[in-house]
Amino acid sequence: MLEIINLHASVGGNEILRGIDLKVNAGEVHAIMGPNGSGKSTLAGVLAGRESYQVTEGKIIYNGHDLLEMAPEARAREGIFLAFQYPVEIPGVSNTYFLKAGLNAIRKHKGLEELDAIEFLKLVKEKAKLVEMDETLLSRPVNQGFSGGEKKRNEIFQMAVLEPKLAILDETDSGLDIDALRTVADGVNKLRRPDNSTIVVTHYQRLLNYIVPDYVHVLVDGRIVKSGRKQLALELEDKGYDWLRDESVVNA
Amino acid sequence: MRKENDALMAQQMNVRNEWYLSSFERFEKSLNGEAKMSVHTMRRAAIAKFAEIGFPTTHDEEWKYTDVTPIARMHFKPILEYKSAGLTAEDIERFTFGIPNLAVIVNGHFSKELSRLSDLPKGVRTGSLAEALRNDTGIIENHLAHHARYEENGFLALSTAFLRDGAFVHIPEKIVLEEPIHLLFISTNPGEPFVSHPRNLIIAGKSSQAAILETYVSLTSNKYFTNAVSEIVVGENAVLEHDKLQVESEQAFHVSTIHIHQERNSNFVQHAITMGGLLTRNNITAVLSGEGIESTVNGLYLGTGTQHIDNHTVIDHAQPHCNSHELYKGILSGKSRGVFNGKIFVRKDAQKTDAKQTNKNLVLSDEASIDTKPQLEIFANDVKCTHGATIGQLDEEAIFYLRSRGIDLGKARDILIFAFASDVVDRLNIEPLRDHLHAMIHDRLETEREQK
Repeated sequence: MLEIINLHASVGGNEILRGIDLKVNAGEVHAIMGPNGSGKSTLAGVLAGRESYQVTEGKIIYNGHDLLEMAPEARAREGIFLAFQYPVEIPGVSNTYFLKAGLNAIRKHKGLEELDAIEFLKLVKEKAKLVEMDETLLSRPVNQGFSGGEKKRNEIFQMAVLEPKLAILDETDSGLDIDALRTVADGVNKLRRPDNSTIVVTHYQRLLNYIVPDYVHVLVDGRIVKSGRKQLALELEDKGYDWLRDESVVNA
Repeated sequence: MRKENDALMAQQMNVRNEWYLSSFERFEKSLNGEAKMSVHTMRRAAIAKFAEIGFPTTHDEEWKYTDVTPIARMHFKPILEYKSAGLTAEDIERFTFGIPNLAVIVNGHFSKELSRLSDLPKGVRTGSLAEALRNDTGIIENHLAHHARYEENGFLALSTAFLRDGAFVHIPEKIVLEEPIHLLFISTNPGEPFVSHPRNLIIAGKSSQAAILETYVSLTSNKYFTNAVSEIVVGENAVLEHDKLQVESEQAFHVSTIHIHQERNSNFVQHAITMGGLLTRNNITAVLSGEGIESTVNGLYLGTGTQHIDNHTVIDHAQPHCNSHELYKGILSGKSRGVFNGKIFVRKDAQKTDAKQTNKNLVLSDEASIDTKPQLEIFANDVKCTHGATIGQLDEEAIFYLRSRGIDLGKARDILIFAFASDVVDRLNIEPLRDHLHAMIHDRLETEREQK
């Protein structure tokens, strides 16, 4: 599904990613963990096509496409979905209008018929139920006046409607209380399918109790310094990241 | 050198003024017996004032950012009388927005055959100002030119000098109008550059309630000049919404003066939407001359190409315990230029005033610009006045968010621009206008996107 090869990326001239290699197959859940500033969100942003990041070296192959050549909207239409760490408030644009425009653009790209207002409403009501989102949020402006938990749930709701092939959850757990975390994780689990993959970017191990990963990768200073199975996450919870940082300095 | 330039300028200005002075002589002759009416004394005083002050220049602080030379140097011919220009109800249908009560003014003159006013409640007068000059002398003498005074500037002086016709609306005491009244101003093509001076008088009686829309449109691609003046009196405890939509052609010059006089406990709401015209200047003044007044003056301007749109507003708090709210939003693309000047006076007696002014601008291209200036002059000490102005581009993070959901860049930008405009449009209480404006803005964004 996704292959990242020797990826280097900078923000404003500072190199953040310094050679990432990662392979994600269909049906897998990968967790990317790491301390603050290690480049986790940069990696998520590069995958979604955030233009403030410059890729200086390496490539990303996504389902046979050269991902870095694709505009953010083209990536979304090909099934990439980023759940934002900080979902954006858009005054004056209703949640449903926004999502309908997105869904229909994706459907059109797939050669499917666009949904009309009634079909769309039926779909969003069903999906709102699935992720336990308050229906009154649907007609409100995108994320405006939403609580932190509602914003994160709205991301998962959008994911449920758009049905991506590759979902990237960027710190979807940070700032959530345990109940909100559980509902968000439940939503993600309900959407898991054998042909879909998920990359969970997180600082804390807690989320991985609910979204159980197949692989865990530790990102330190822009490199993956350790990969393993889900037990690695527990080990990190115990020992923190410092031992890996020292290890990476030694290896370098 | 400077002196020579000034002398040359003065000479040019005299030539320009000369044109209007001789036009006035022709106008006067066309009046025949009407020149004996008392209003004619005022016309003469106004043309004398124009001869003295002429058109404003950019040396004048109030006109610093708007150069009216393109208007002043043209020999616009005044339209002295009503001609239907062969217009039919079908020709104008698309401008009526389905509002049932319709008064049509063609090139400044009221058109009885195109208007539809038979459904108005008894006692409500809507029609021609020319007719009111003859029949409603009491109201005319009490109000006409009392609020918008010709001494103020050359445009008002010209409007008063050439005062002949326009719309007259009188809502008597306690009448509540269920449906809005649409005053539709159409400029057609009489074959040469022309000027019309529609002059409107709107009186909302004590405890009355109404909504009135003024729409300015073109059925010509020729150069012309609309010099419109509306005087609006909102009586005690009356509730009035007055909206103005200007969608004239790209060749039109449009100068509009709207003077609102509010009496105690009245509630006035206005939305001035400017989308058309090559050069537009709106002078909007609300005088809050009683206690307990609510006054809302909102606006939206969309500039593209080489359009120049200038909104000058004055909210004059003359009495205590009044609230005013002002929100003006601008969207400027291409090489368009916007000006916003919002003055708020709080007079010595106007304690407990609460005045809020906001001006927000989206500047969408490097060559577009906006000059914005709030001006607060406060002479009372127990008041709350806030103002704020912003100039910005579209939020890149929001654009990325929309794109990350599959929406292409052009559409993402349009969605955000549309939302920015809707913030004003959604406040309109005249529903058919709201719907049409949404559609018009949508179409305009689409056209601009296709041109890119």
